[in-house]
Amino acid sequence: MSLAHRKDSLWIVQFVHRISGLLLVLFLPVHFYVLGLALNDAAELDQFLKWTDSPAVKFAEAGLVGLLGVHLFGGLRILALEFLPWSPRQKTYAATALALSFVASVAFLLRAF
Amino acid sequence: MSQSKELLQVSVRRGTEDESGLSTYEVPQQESQTILDVVTWIQRHREPSLSYRFACRVGMCGSCAMMVNGEPRWTCRTHVQKVLRDGRLRIEPLRNLPVIRDLVCDMTEFFDKWTRAKGVFEPTETRDDEFAAIKPSDPKRMQANAAIECINCAVCYAACDTVNLNRAYLGPAALNRAWTLANDDRDGAYYDRLAAVSESDGCMNCHSHQSCMTYCPNELNPTASIAGLKRLASLAYLKGKL
Repeated sequence: MSLAHRKDSLWIVQFVHRISGLLLVLFLPVHFYVLGLALNDAAELDQFLKWTDSPAVKFAEAGLVGLLGVHLFGGLRILALEFLPWSPRQKTYAATALALSFVASVAFLLRAF
Repeated sequence: MSQSKELLQVSVRRGTEDESGLSTYEVPQQESQTILDVVTWIQRHREPSLSYRFACRVGMCGSCAMMVNGEPRWTCRTHVQKVLRDGRLRIEPLRNLPVIRDLVCDMTEFFDKWTRAKGVFEPTETRDDEFAAIKPSDPKRMQANAAIECINCAVCYAACDTVNLNRAYLGPAALNRAWTLANDDRDGAYYDRLAAVSESDGCMNCHSHQSCMTYCPNELNPTASIAGLKRLASLAYLKGKL
């Protein structure tokens, strides 16, 4: 199958938005499992929280914040596209959504260390 | 026309929906040559049985659209120089439509969807009434005008990944047509049409990839039309009209 018609930046932005949603769905069960530890196994939760102090985990968390940002700001972009009068600045909005996600991810990283 | 300089390597998909393959031809390159010129040259000089569809040759009729190097194009207005990759062209029938033979697609489902989207004007007055007075500056008329120059070439339909994943989806062209009528004050089927386009395979399926907008040869924006229909249908739903 040819991918030639999928090289436009707006198509790629939509694809990144979709993938970010799928990756967040994969993350959610882990998230809920850890939250569940607070109720069922405090000792294991403490051990897990110590593990999250490692730099590698903090970088991974920054990635998660980035994914969340991409999905949140990308979602707001789509809502604006569909429910506000049409604007020809779609690529500017898409770039702004990605930039805000990046800023959120870096801000998290700066606070984490 | 100037003398030919080099030979183009042109692969053309030949065959039917069930069985097809690429045949390669060498075609003399010419100045200002279009993809339709290339296909016509192959038929007249190499492959008399090659089937393809065209009529006006000037971008009016919308019958000659094909996939060129993987992208949907109106071939009569697409210059070879614009799309040539390393001296090669790959010409195939439009994506998302059944192939009858070689480069000819069956457009039945494409036009059936226009009917399903209620793409037919429903008059509220007769020929005996006065002309409806609608100013060109009327905002609704301007929205309709911006979308009205569709030539039914199905380039947007071939570019649409939502159609590719869900063949029942009405597609950008039919929904764009519905949008023009939804903005026509003379039309009498406003809520019927909104109900038709917001059914399970209607406008709400659009994922806003914006490929229709990217590839429309007339530079229309079906994504904006579909977004407009989503707004109107949502509003009608909130009012209890759908």
